[in-house]
Amino acid sequence: MRAYTFTQARSVREAHSRAGAHTAFLAGGTTLVDLMKLDVMAPAHVVDINGLPLRGVTLDRRGLHVGALERMSDVAANPTVRRHYPVIARALELSASAQLRNMASIGGNLLQRTRCGYFRDVATACNKREPGSGCSALTGWNRGHAILGTSDDCAATHPSDLAVALVVLGTDVHLASARGTRTVPLDGFYTLPGTTPHVENVLRPGELITGITVPRSAWAAHSTYLKIRDRQSYEFALASAAVALEMRGDTITKARIAVGGMGTRPWRLPAVERALTGHRATEATYEAAVRHAASGSKTLEHNAFKPALLRRTLVRALTALEEQR
Amino acid sequence: MNPDNDAGQGRSGVSRRGFLGAGAVAAAAAAPLMATVADASTAAEGEGLVTVRVTVNGDRHAMRVDPRGTLLDTLREKLELTGTKKGCDRGQCGACTVHVDGRRVLSCLTLAATTNGREVTTIEGLADGEQLHPMQQAFIDHDGFQCGFCTPGQIMSAVAMVDEGPARTDDEIRERMSGNICRCSAYPFIVDAVRDGQEAMR
Ligand code: FES
Ligand code: FES
Repeated sequence: MRAYTFTQARSVREAHSRAGAHTAFLAGGTTLVDLMKLDVMAPAHVVDINGLPLRGVTLDRRGLHVGALERMSDVAANPTVRRHYPVIARALELSASAQLRNMASIGGNLLQRTRCGYFRDVATACNKREPGSGCSALTGWNRGHAILGTSDDCAATHPSDLAVALVVLGTDVHLASARGTRTVPLDGFYTLPGTTPHVENVLRPGELITGITVPRSAWAAHSTYLKIRDRQSYEFALASAAVALEMRGDTITKARIAVGGMGTRPWRLPAVERALTGHRATEATYEAAVRHAASGSKTLEHNAFKPALLRRTLVRALTALEEQR
Repeated sequence: MNPDNDAGQGRSGVSRRGFLGAGAVAAAAAAPLMATVADASTAAEGEGLVTVRVTVNGDRHAMRVDPRGTLLDTLREKLELTGTKKGCDRGQCGACTVHVDGRRVLSCLTLAATTNGREVTTIEGLADGEQLHPMQQAFIDHDGFQCGFCTPGQIMSAVAMVDEGPARTDDEIRERMSGNICRCSAYPFIVDAVRDGQEAMR
């Protein structure tokens, strides 16, 4: 690991005042410490923000507010979250391991870096890690890579389960920098790789995630998260789906769908949502609606199975949700 | 062991691969390093070491640690508590599981510098004198290991799992213990041990 200075900030203002060039904020550390050991990240300054007052899980008329430093395990176990936003609890429980969930923060979860093996290996070319060096995955081992939102420079998936669930729920992310605060929708927070895969979101230098707000909605309580992976637990998604439905009797009046493990960012599927709306919740409806779920996707040598896996994951998630009713 | 040789530093020596890969970044990072060390609030005078006061298994320690040092290396090399094992050192196996303020965490991804004021429990702190913790006894009774390398992490994880709320089924034990990998694949006996250890802990 490269040398860095270590300081602890007690307030958001203090964190900003310490944030210069080559500064990394440290929360749970499960991404940063890992990537510093691998030399993938080499900040000159690490600012420990765990003393910041960015805590709390509260529900009011506007929705659910979660402080950025709340730990994944605490949010997953929160009775309000479990009752009103089951898709969030489920996505968190299916992430990582109990130990990692005790450490990792909600803000950090949204900012975790891709698991692409080339990104994590400094001996290989990677545009995300070293802009302009090339993408080893496009011609290399790319079984786990994205099929949606990729470019000629990058096909790395976004690894967060939580982000997929939050995108479905129309979550807002609250940001703070020395210049002030702002709120952006999570769906617009993540950027596509394009020709600049090293830019992953709209965060400005020195800007912090302070919390999230998940609006109240009828569909939030009728939601679930399904995760498909190579081993049953403690593994990243090969495919995942967050689905939320608003029903009148047997008829779907509103549908929200997003998938993970498929895109270079959490991926909403508005065409599938439209195709479900106004129809009865039956397997025939699901099968028809997901037919074009992967349209516009681009497969690579080893991940050609993903469009079919995407469709089947969606049908299974929708079926599971209906069985819960 | 040299007590001044801070945990984490020894292993982090420049590898050829890392050096070639990130040389430019390191050079850029080196310049501002010296200038800001002095105003670092928790960094002590001089070389950027951080003072940490931490309670480990009931004993209070005041240490000066390299900010890069992990809790894992600090426990093993500075405090000579080698019961906590280093498997992957990347958060992928659970061998290094300890409790910090009563919660199970991975000591390989915890910077020692962040443990100021905290209480750490390791496998060495579980027994009550010669009396083994019920979970330790259960692992022995059920032969819940082969080589034993993953065992301290398994036991620390299992104790915390029971504290979080008892597991009702074997499947639930498997899921909630999934952060602890056993290379010897002693899983059937580990599940037996956790089930019985949980019973004994009530
Ligand atoms: S040594 Fe910490 S998880 Fe493997
Ligand atoms: S007993 Fe050998 S790794 Fe688990």
